[in-house]
Amino acid sequence: MKKHTISKNILCSLIALIAIIALLAFLQTNKSEYSYQISILERAAIYAVVAVSMNLLTGFTGLFSLGQAGFMAIGAYTVAILTIPVENRASVYYVSGISPVIENLECPFWLALILAGLLAAAVAALIGIPVLRLKSDYLAIATLGFSEIIRAVIAAPQLDRITNGSYGLKNIPGFPNLYVAFGLCALCILLMVLLINSSYGRVFKALREDEIAAQAMGLNLFRYKELAFVASSFFTGIGGGLLAMFMRSIDSKTFQISLTYDILLIVVLGGIGSVTGSVVGSFLVTAGREWLRFFDEPLTVAGINIPLFRSGFRMVIFSILLMVVVLFYSRGIMGSNEFSWDGLGRLIRGIPAKLSGKGRKQKGGNP
Amino acid sequence: MAETKQVLHMQDITMQFGGVVAVNNLTLDVNEGEIIALIGPNGAGKTTAFNCVTGIYEPTYGQVQFYGETILSGMPSGKMRKAYAGDAELKQIPTVRNSPDVITKKGIARTFQNIRLFGQLTVFDNVLIAKHMRARQNVFSAVLRLNHAEEKRMREETTELLAEQNLLHLKDEIASSLPYGLQRRLEIARALATEPKLLLLDEPAAGMNPQETQELTDFIRQIRDSYKLTIFMIEHHMDLVMQISDRIYVLDFGKLIAHGVPEEIQSNQRVIDAYLGVSDDAEN
Amino acid sequence: MSLTTFLQQCLTGISLGGAYALIAIGYTLVYGILRLINFAHGDIFMMAGYFMIFAMASFPWIIAIPLVLAATVILGVLIERVAYRPLRSAPRMSAMISAIGVSYLLQNLATYLFTALPKGYPEIPFLKKIFQIGGLSASFVTFLTPVLTLIIVYLLIVLINRTKIGMAMRAVSRDYDTAALMGIKINAVITFTFAVGSLLAAVGSVLYFTDRMTVFPFSGSLPGLKCFVAAVFGGIGSIPGAVIGGFILGLGETALVAMGYSTFSDAFTFVLLIIILLIKPTGLFGEKTTDKV
Repeated sequence: MKKHTISKNILCSLIALIAIIALLAFLQTNKSEYSYQISILERAAIYAVVAVSMNLLTGFTGLFSLGQAGFMAIGAYTVAILTIPVENRASVYYVSGISPVIENLECPFWLALILAGLLAAAVAALIGIPVLRLKSDYLAIATLGFSEIIRAVIAAPQLDRITNGSYGLKNIPGFPNLYVAFGLCALCILLMVLLINSSYGRVFKALREDEIAAQAMGLNLFRYKELAFVASSFFTGIGGGLLAMFMRSIDSKTFQISLTYDILLIVVLGGIGSVTGSVVGSFLVTAGREWLRFFDEPLTVAGINIPLFRSGFRMVIFSILLMVVVLFYSRGIMGSNEFSWDGLGRLIRGIPAKLSGKGRKQKGGNP
Repeated sequence: MAETKQVLHMQDITMQFGGVVAVNNLTLDVNEGEIIALIGPNGAGKTTAFNCVTGIYEPTYGQVQFYGETILSGMPSGKMRKAYAGDAELKQIPTVRNSPDVITKKGIARTFQNIRLFGQLTVFDNVLIAKHMRARQNVFSAVLRLNHAEEKRMREETTELLAEQNLLHLKDEIASSLPYGLQRRLEIARALATEPKLLLLDEPAAGMNPQETQELTDFIRQIRDSYKLTIFMIEHHMDLVMQISDRIYVLDFGKLIAHGVPEEIQSNQRVIDAYLGVSDDAEN
Repeated sequence: MSLTTFLQQCLTGISLGGAYALIAIGYTLVYGILRLINFAHGDIFMMAGYFMIFAMASFPWIIAIPLVLAATVILGVLIERVAYRPLRSAPRMSAMISAIGVSYLLQNLATYLFTALPKGYPEIPFLKKIFQIGGLSASFVTFLTPVLTLIIVYLLIVLINRTKIGMAMRAVSRDYDTAALMGIKINAVITFTFAVGSLLAAVGSVLYFTDRMTVFPFSGSLPGLKCFVAAVFGGIGSIPGAVIGGFILGLGETALVAMGYSTFSDAFTFVLLIIILLIKPTGLFGEKTTDKV
């Protein structure tokens, strides 16, 4: 019986994987036609990486850190500086010139991404030494502070010849194809899932549950908090690098606190402590922002112009939705459960019952 | 009689919080294979003494030795030196500090007065986490699943331990959903998983009825024998304490007021006074 | 730098610090009672700025200011009622996320209602009057801010230490349940705290924006964070601490700008935060709390 369900699940996953690859192949061949949809999907996939890395800290280790934007900035600038083609650099740095140190420094994007992650992780390791001694809200505000400091350093006129100051960096080479873009995102998320489900992931959860008990189990609090912080920042840095490749041009304003809040929103909506929740949340939020665009357009019904609909209304609706989730569905879409085919099956079987009004209250995932 | 080894030795342990001396000049020994009880009225400083052994507090003054090795040692300095109010005469001793995790690694495990389980995790994971400390792996081998032999060993040992503790049928339950008595059992199982030599139990029978307490008495003896443990416990249930203890130490207002085998303690006037309270004129 | 320039900068710094102090008190009061960083506090301050623009459009300042104060207090109390009260027994992280959510909502609402472009802040004639003292010249508001701050702080300390509601506030900040058992109406005390905090934010807003001259939807977010840092610096829960933190922040920032490091003036705040958290995590006047094992 058990074997049967396992093979059924593997079959389902295989079919889903093939469907995704087929979709990618389709989009790849019709790239120009679907460029708008592709850009939404790519952004969602990149945000998913960062959201899962935030969840690794917030949901699994119980460390509420708000430094994502800063680590993304480190990753993005690393990738940008290392991958902008040397011949284009003069035009990018036309205002204040380029520092000779980086003038001829160029490497392939995959190496740049790894370096981006490593640099973000190294900065996190340094920052972690003082801030990880702090508890909940102090930790949040201190990491938020560091994120702003990183941004201020990047935008500082003293570093103009490296970061190009307020002009930002452009001409960053994009993804060679869709498979690379989505493959890298999937790989990052896979690695994080493997970490969460490893012995170390269990230790992270133990820290979240009870620090004193974890210590009594022979676990060094600082060591494992630092590990979670560094691992999360590594992937956040890569996420930033991917974002730079996606956007093709970046400046320090891209990495304001609001970027961290966007990621936080995804994590909360998807469910704190659920990887699949973060992934689903990321696609929903990114796509939802686009779907809601009609709120920003003037709307005329039967010749009457409805005055509410104008620029900015979309974000109001969006933030109200967020508040509704926070206040009434604080578990988000997935709670702390993970996606499973059985859960989906139950959900689908539950729909007709729900529609007929006699449905038991049941949500996706394992109860 | 064979030479008995000294497992734990506390020398002049004094723990002072501001002006309050919670533990005052406590000296005690625990020998290999013994079951030792630390008793005393509420607020006598028993748990504080435990916290001084496990490294949660650094003793203001005094030393803790484990199998002859000094694992904690405190010496008041600076402002604290002036404010020092303990009875122990200060002799210059080097300070030794170890965090609780290091002390666990050395072989001292403990349970908590107010149970501290990893509430949202399963029974199995609670015990499995305790195995992490002694596992040979690093984060890369764990992520890339190169440690599967080690992971398998940890899981097998956990299964074995849970089976021995009669908790295996509950392995997928969420720890916080267990009834109180089972939570205590799980906490002990989890402590055993760290492979300790000395087990500290902080009020293991709290909240148990007489029958459960009796079961616990047998259980403690049994784990002492099968895991070759030394047990040091804080307990209020006198039946349990008198039945099981090889020796008893009695604390009152942070000070050691009596020490001896159960029969001696039962008839000790100071102990009876401490528990029942004496009016001032009776004392004079 | 001449002495005059130096004194001029000091005056600017003290004035900025006064406005910061008033906002920081709002954080400290709310944190002291709810153990919650009211991320929306900076945005309440920003909304007070917009309220002023609209109030001044139709009323003279003498009516407009009380109107703004009242509207801000209502906003603050409303936010507590809708967004924080339902989560009072929820994990701390949920309440914090809710606070971030409210902040996000207020910013987006302001963008929608008033557009993202900065709007000119109305001039209150007597506040903008330029005074000359020796070589120093500054508008009246620059002198008024620190004085007003100190008066308000004095009143607040009297309120907390001498009145019945102040005693209730202190009791609630220690322990909800015990305070409730003593017959204190927790909800009323919390509402009152938010009202006081928002009132101070509104006063701070008038002083701050009169100097800055424009308001835009994000003009509350960074000052808000800075003022929280000021509160942490002084020791969260301590009113004198918040005031001293506010002044140190104002002076430090002005000094950095004067020395030509204006890009780092925002980062300075956070450097200060990290230094204090390293040396004395509870802030200058904070109390130590310990976990019982």
